[in-house]
Amino acid sequence: MHHHGEIALSGESLLLIPFVFAAAMYLAGVVLQMRRGRPWPQERTALWMLGLVVAASGALGQLGHSSFAGHMAAHLAVGMVAPLLLVLGAPVTLALRSLHIVPARRLSRLLRSIPARMLMNPVVAATLNVGGMWVFYLTPLYSLAQGAWLFHVLVMVHLLIVGFLFTAAIVTPDPSPHRSSFALRAVVLLLALAAHAVLAKYLYANPPAGVALAEAQEGAQLMFYGGDLVDLVLLALLGAQWYRVSGRRLARASVALERRAA
Amino acid sequence: MNTRTYWGALLLGVAAMAAVDEIVFHQILAWHHFYDGSTTAVALLSDGLLHAGKLFAFVAGFFLMLDARRRETFRADAAWAGFLVGAGAFQLFDGLINHKVLGLHQVRYDVELLPYDLAWNAAGLALLAAGILLTVRARRGSRCSRTP
Repeated sequence: MHHHGEIALSGESLLLIPFVFAAAMYLAGVVLQMRRGRPWPQERTALWMLGLVVAASGALGQLGHSSFAGHMAAHLAVGMVAPLLLVLGAPVTLALRSLHIVPARRLSRLLRSIPARMLMNPVVAATLNVGGMWVFYLTPLYSLAQGAWLFHVLVMVHLLIVGFLFTAAIVTPDPSPHRSSFALRAVVLLLALAAHAVLAKYLYANPPAGVALAEAQEGAQLMFYGGDLVDLVLLALLGAQWYRVSGRRLARASVALERRAA
Repeated sequence: MNTRTYWGALLLGVAAMAAVDEIVFHQILAWHHFYDGSTTAVALLSDGLLHAGKLFAFVAGFFLMLDARRRETFRADAAWAGFLVGAGAFQLFDGLINHKVLGLHQVRYDVELLPYDLAWNAAGLALLAAGILLTVRARRGSRCSRTP
C-alpha cells in the first residue's frame, strides 16, 4: 500500500495548517493580554498547546495504517483527550478578552444564538458524540474509513468537534450563558460513559467487518479503560465545580444568617 | 444521623469494592473475564450503567465527604456504617445479579464454581450485615447526642 503513504504524506503537511493556525491565534491573544498587563494563566496556554499536539498526532498518526487498536488510540486522542485539553485552555474567554469590542460582541451573540445553544446543550452534544460513535462502528462506515484517507480525515474532524462540544457542555471554564444544572450534566455524563462502555464491550465480542477477533478485543479494552480515564477526569472536574459553587452558596447563606442574628 | 456523611461514605464503599473487583479480580488474578460474550443486550446495558455508576460513586462520594467536612458535620461512626453498607451491597449485587442473573462473567473459569460463588456472596453479606449493625448504632448514637 505504498501509493497510500505518498498521498497521505503530501496531505499531512496541509492538514497541519489548521492546528498551526489555532496555535498562532491563541498565542496572539496571550501576547496581547501580556501587553495589556493582564497576564493569561500559563497553564491554560500549556493545556491548549498540548491539546493541539494530541489532536494533530492522533488524527495524522493513523493515516495509512489500519490496525483496530491503533484506530482506537486515535479515536481516544482526537475525540476525548484533545477536546478536554482544548476546553481547559478556555479559548472563548481568551478570545472575548482579546478581540476588539465589535467582533467580541459578535462572538458572544453567536454563542448565545439558538443553534449554538442547541449544540452546546449536554443532551444534544452527548447524542452527537456517543451516537455518532455507535453509528460509525456498527455500520459499514468503519470499513469505508479504512480505505479513503479523505473520509478518515472527515471522521477525525467530526470526532474533534463533537468531542469539544460535549466536553464544553459538561465542564467548560468559559462563560456559558445558558449552562445546564449540575444534575443534568451529571446524568448526561453518566449515560454517555455507560454508552461508551457498552459499545466497547459489544465490539469486544462483535468486531466490525474486516477486524480479527483478537485485534477487536485489544482495541475494545483500550476503548473501555481509556474512556474511563478521561471520563473520570470529567467527573472530577464536574465535582470540583459543584464543590466550588456550593461553597460560595454556603458562604453567602452563613453571611446572611449572621446579619440576621446581629 | 448526618446524611451527607453517610451517603458520601456509602458511595465510597461501592467505589472501593468496585475498585477491588477491577484491580484484584480482573487485572491481577485475571479470574474474571472482561466480557465472556454469552449474554443478552439487556445484561450488557445494565453492566454499562453499573460501570458508569461506579466511577460516578467514587467522585460523588469523595465530594460529599469533603462537603460534610466543610460544614463540620462529619461523623466517623456514620461514615464507617455507610462505607460498609455500600461495599457489602455492591459485592452482593455483583455476586447475585451480575454473575448469576445476568451472567456477564463468573467469579472464576475452569474450576468448580460453587465454593467461589458462596465465598463471594458470603463476604458481601458479612460486610452488609456489619454495615447495617453500625448504621443502627450510629443512629442511636446521634439520637442520644441530640437529647442533652
